[in-house]
Amino acid sequence: MAEEKQTKKLSIIAFSGDFDKLTAVFTLATGAAAVGYEVNLFFTFWGLDAIKKKLGRSPVGKGFLPKVFGIFMGGLKSAPVSRLNFGGISPKIFRYLMRKNNVATLEELVEAAKVLGINFYACEMAMHILGLQKSDFIPEIKDVLGVASFLNLSEGGQTLFI
Amino acid sequence: MATYNLDITKEHCPMTFVKTKIELSKLRTGDILNVKLSEGEALENVPKSAAEQGFNVLSVTETGTKGIYNVEIEK
Repeated sequence: MAEEKQTKKLSIIAFSGDFDKLTAVFTLATGAAAVGYEVNLFFTFWGLDAIKKKLGRSPVGKGFLPKVFGIFMGGLKSAPVSRLNFGGISPKIFRYLMRKNNVATLEELVEAAKVLGINFYACEMAMHILGLQKSDFIPEIKDVLGVASFLNLSEGGQTLFI
Repeated sequence: MATYNLDITKEHCPMTFVKTKIELSKLRTGDILNVKLSEGEALENVPKSAAEQGFNVLSVTETGTKGIYNVEIEK
């Protein structure tokens, strides 16, 4: 064996702002971090909603159109499910079912991710389009990156796009 | 050296090993963590991942309740 023990690494491109897909992102991320992986989360496009400081619907962003987007999309608390959203009722039902069945809710997973020291990054290009700034996000965002930096970070590990 | 207890019998993946890992990170070297867990996914993965990360798994014993185990981990 040439290399005995390398640090295992998982990098996830969190593209979706959907409740269920974000749950998948944070389940994989926290699970991997807990078993010793280095974990990088790269939030882009709708995924940026998950890391906004404002958890509800709020006119975050610079300019008229980004503000409208901000109100429609909101933050983590207003994330819709990807199917059968029923005007936002389904995420509430999911949260209820998760609590009832002792499965970690999305918010608990995000908190665990912060405690486990998972690396959070935001996509520079998507932030530019949506008029968002680093200060609009939770303080755990380590850096604002582009493709080249993300490729560097994820090199040698596994990468997922969710 | 202090001994701590953690009950994850009601938890599911990934919170079983997430909570164990977070709890272990709070301990000092030499401290013991007794993790009470259920057979299945938690029993298979919690001791294994703890050992892989360099913690000492001292014992895995079934408690009085069927299907509930105690895993003793030393930091």
